[in-house]
Amino acid sequence: MLGFIIRRMLSLVLIIIAVPTIVFFIMRMVPADPALVVLGDQASAESLAAFRQKAGLDQPLLVQYGKFVSGLATGDLGNSMITGRPIAGQIWAVFPHTLSLAIGALLIGALVGIPIGVMTAVRRNSWIDFSGRIFALLGFSFPSFYLGVLLLLVFSVWLGWFPVIHTMRGTSVSEYLHKLALPALSLGLVQAAYVTRLTRSTMLEVLSQDYIRTAFAKGLMARKVYFKHALRNVLITVITAMGLYTGTILGGAILTETVFNRPGLGKLLIGAIAQRDYNLIQSGLIVFALVIMVVNLLVDLSYSFLDPRVKYA
Amino acid sequence: MPDSSSATAESSDILVVAAGPLSSSRMRLDVLLTDRGACTGLILIAAVALIALLAPFIAGDPTAQSIVHALQPPSAEHWFGTDDFGRDVFSRVVYGARPALFVGLLSVLVSLAIGVPMGMLAGFRGGWFDTAISGTVDVMLSFPALLLALMIVTLVGSNLSVLVLAIGIAYVPIFVRLARSSTLLIRELDYVAASRSFGASERHILLRHIFPNILGPLIVMATLSIGGAIREEAALSFLGLGVQPPQPSWGNLIRDGVTTILEAPWLALIPGLCLTVSVLAFNILGDAVRDILDPRDLASSALKKGKPK
Repeated sequence: MLGFIIRRMLSLVLIIIAVPTIVFFIMRMVPADPALVVLGDQASAESLAAFRQKAGLDQPLLVQYGKFVSGLATGDLGNSMITGRPIAGQIWAVFPHTLSLAIGALLIGALVGIPIGVMTAVRRNSWIDFSGRIFALLGFSFPSFYLGVLLLLVFSVWLGWFPVIHTMRGTSVSEYLHKLALPALSLGLVQAAYVTRLTRSTMLEVLSQDYIRTAFAKGLMARKVYFKHALRNVLITVITAMGLYTGTILGGAILTETVFNRPGLGKLLIGAIAQRDYNLIQSGLIVFALVIMVVNLLVDLSYSFLDPRVKYA
Repeated sequence: MPDSSSATAESSDILVVAAGPLSSSRMRLDVLLTDRGACTGLILIAAVALIALLAPFIAGDPTAQSIVHALQPPSAEHWFGTDDFGRDVFSRVVYGARPALFVGLLSVLVSLAIGVPMGMLAGFRGGWFDTAISGTVDVMLSFPALLLALMIVTLVGSNLSVLVLAIGIAYVPIFVRLARSSTLLIRELDYVAASRSFGASERHILLRHIFPNILGPLIVMATLSIGGAIREEAALSFLGLGVQPPQPSWGNLIRDGVTTILEAPWLALIPGLCLTVSVLAFNILGDAVRDILDPRDLASSALKKGKPK
């Protein structure tokens, strides 16, 4: 177990070094000249040179890379090419909004998906199974951003239950959750479709096992068999899979934040791309990547807590 | 899959692996045509394909502006109304089917062409080659496909061929992993060992013995991935990074529609509906093909229903 954690941490360290490096050099392969893009075609040669000097673009690539790495090590992601403001501060300011969106979506996915998945498996080939499978197929096909548009239209524009504009300044906890509801729902319902399918197929597999037959044979109540014997084993698979979907959820957050015009990492990244703020794009991608990597590591490690049978060879 | 919208196809491969090998007796067109799900999917796909192909005959010019006719509600003249430039939204929605299918089909072909040989070789050879490929693929898989595609589009700029390549590359890891895991299973079978003992070359074994037997799961995954790729194209266009206006795509139509959602909600609703139905069609077909190929669940497959009684 300890050996596994150490090896896993080592691979994480490798990734933490590799991801920013790859992103850094790929960003330097951009055919366009950032100075020209930011200042425009009309800019004088002097102002272009001044911009390059200020952004450090006039230095050799390896020197730029060295500065970039030493900055990263101290948590300094450099400054925005457009506003000149420190990037780390901008990312910290919006990160909690993306985090709450992802957690909300995961919770909705689990709370909707797992019960439906269990019911469809237990009542296999009934109308419950049929409607549950339709739900999963629809959720599987609905682009989350379109679902977001639909929710926005129905609940914010037509019914007026939720705000259309999402400012986050000075909101209380209940107001915050109120604003989180629709974005989290649009991501969470799509997630719920995956969870439903996975729970159903895992549950069906578990229900065909010998120990379930034994549990029934010794006269246990069906409810006890389903919830105590079967569900526990299903949950291990489902929870770990959901952890691995976190990347997909974060990707979806880029779209959801755009639909609801909600501050967050995704919105920041898309804004940076629109403005060609290469420093901010680079940092945004690195933060996205690292968050996903860390979540994956946590999921891997959580196996052993969820399932004592797992041995790390 | 995958979508994002990024809920992408990668998450569905647990469901795909169930599909068994493709043998000529099980996977016939007539079996496919007797399956209700497969038929529904095929009919919907055919409808979308026809609309895309015949767009010049069904629809008017999708980019012709007429500011005096801006934001009109649906009418006999403009079935889906007009947008804020006075462009006919019906024509734009019809032409929007083109990038969706083009990018959807071609990008999956790209990922098949790169991913399957890589996965088969990795699974068949093992060793350092396998370690290198699997490691790379694992890292790529932990990223949402949308983010990978977004990175490529940001760097290279956006046009249809870049979209095809970006989404195609983002989906490569799914096919590498599927081809690899299927090859690992087949590699150990007796007929492969027999063929090897006759002195057959690696190329011969891969093409004649392994490839035909891993085709089933690949077809299922490819079908589901087309739906995912269509959604990915729409997502990128929705973000303003895919098909560039004034050229219509369902994604950028939704994007435009959102800006006028208070006055003219149908501008966002209709292209989104077309997008969802198209993705749904490929998912229904993929599910149906998987059910037909899955040897463990014959009761629900078309095999029994399709047989004469």
